[in-house]
Amino acid sequence: MPYCTSFFASRMGIILAGIFIGVFAPILQKLGNPANMGICVACMERDIAGALGLHRTEVVQYLRPEIMGFVLGSLIAALTFKEFKARTGSAPIIRFFLGFFAMVGALVFLGCPWRTLLRIAGGDGNAILGLAGLAVGIWIGVSFMRAGYNLGRSSPAGLAVGWIMPFLMVVFLLLAIFKPQFAPGGPIFISTKGPGAAHAPLAISLLIGLGVGFLAQRTRFCTMGAIRDVILMRDFHLFSGIFALVVAALITNLILGQFHPGFTNQPIAHDHHLWNFLGMALAGLAFALAGGCPGRQLILSGEGDGDAAIFVLGMIVGAGFAHNFAMASSPKGPGSFGPAAVVIGLIFCVVVGWAMRERSKI
Amino acid sequence: MSEKIDARGLSCPQPVILVKKAMEKMERGILEVLVDTATSRENISRLARSAGYQVTVEEKEGDFFLKLVKE
Repeated sequence: MPYCTSFFASRMGIILAGIFIGVFAPILQKLGNPANMGICVACMERDIAGALGLHRTEVVQYLRPEIMGFVLGSLIAALTFKEFKARTGSAPIIRFFLGFFAMVGALVFLGCPWRTLLRIAGGDGNAILGLAGLAVGIWIGVSFMRAGYNLGRSSPAGLAVGWIMPFLMVVFLLLAIFKPQFAPGGPIFISTKGPGAAHAPLAISLLIGLGVGFLAQRTRFCTMGAIRDVILMRDFHLFSGIFALVVAALITNLILGQFHPGFTNQPIAHDHHLWNFLGMALAGLAFALAGGCPGRQLILSGEGDGDAAIFVLGMIVGAGFAHNFAMASSPKGPGSFGPAAVVIGLIFCVVVGWAMRERSKI
Repeated sequence: MSEKIDARGLSCPQPVILVKKAMEKMERGILEVLVDTATSRENISRLARSAGYQVTVEEKEGDFFLKLVKE
């Protein structure tokens, strides 16, 4: 194995990725991104859904360049190290709905696993409930894996399958740069107030996104995988990456004056503990069943994985539905239909986990 | 004792689970594993080394052939 490849695969490599995210996410916040949301894959995909008009919640509409950066950074790394492989065919429709419900759960909590860690590093105690829910959801997913759960094999596919997602991200990037308006009062929507209006300069967001995407592809950084591997195999390799993220983000927040401990009045968060817990339990279970956290799914979609791309599209569509159907939370608490959606999502995931036990087909 | 595992096309962490189950069945011997992603190659290599196996990797037409030996 070439030296740089073995370095990125090493404990030091994954720790470096965690430190990079942990330092630059709070810096993105300092440069304009919303509080404790320097990076949040779920929130940023939700903002993209809003910018495209898939939902009309005016305060969360912006084409976040970080997301494009993650996919394109991963693409650059995969091409550089000859790891780009177009592949698909592992139960794509199930992955779509896992992405859909993962987003519903994340938006009931208000954050992806990366933001969960960043919220903790910013002093938001409510995120501890989210992290606990995430771990429980992943533990349930691991139980299904032990019972033989498996979404089946993917197969090598034509190059176009692998290139669609990076191409889509280039289109999003062009829309973010030129901000065309497709109809009077229509998209592209850009928030003028609220979290959607809070953003770092586009070029900086994109550059940091590219760096994260590149490093995450090389090191296989995954927050869900970190917790799953500890539960499943007592393997702390990926966990050392998320631990480094929290420590680096905490130190950076302290330096930048962004650490505010407490449970009340935390930014873009609510203190309904049950739904913080259950929302992330749903998200964690869906991520575990799909084989990766939302960041990891973006990275995989950049290296040619068409099934991960379907999961990402499921998340973006899920964000549209979550806001249109009053499932997403606000700082006041869960939306009217958020709790019901979490229950439905948990039922869906349990049925999938049970129905896809196909030991004989492995 | 030796066993062959074809883990191509399986997403994370299925290849590692298959290898781990095979390791639990055998105290020593040879495991031959075929995977199609660098991620699976690295994960299985890490697991095998921590379990005391010697690991050799050969790339064949985009797939990775891992030979795990414990004497």
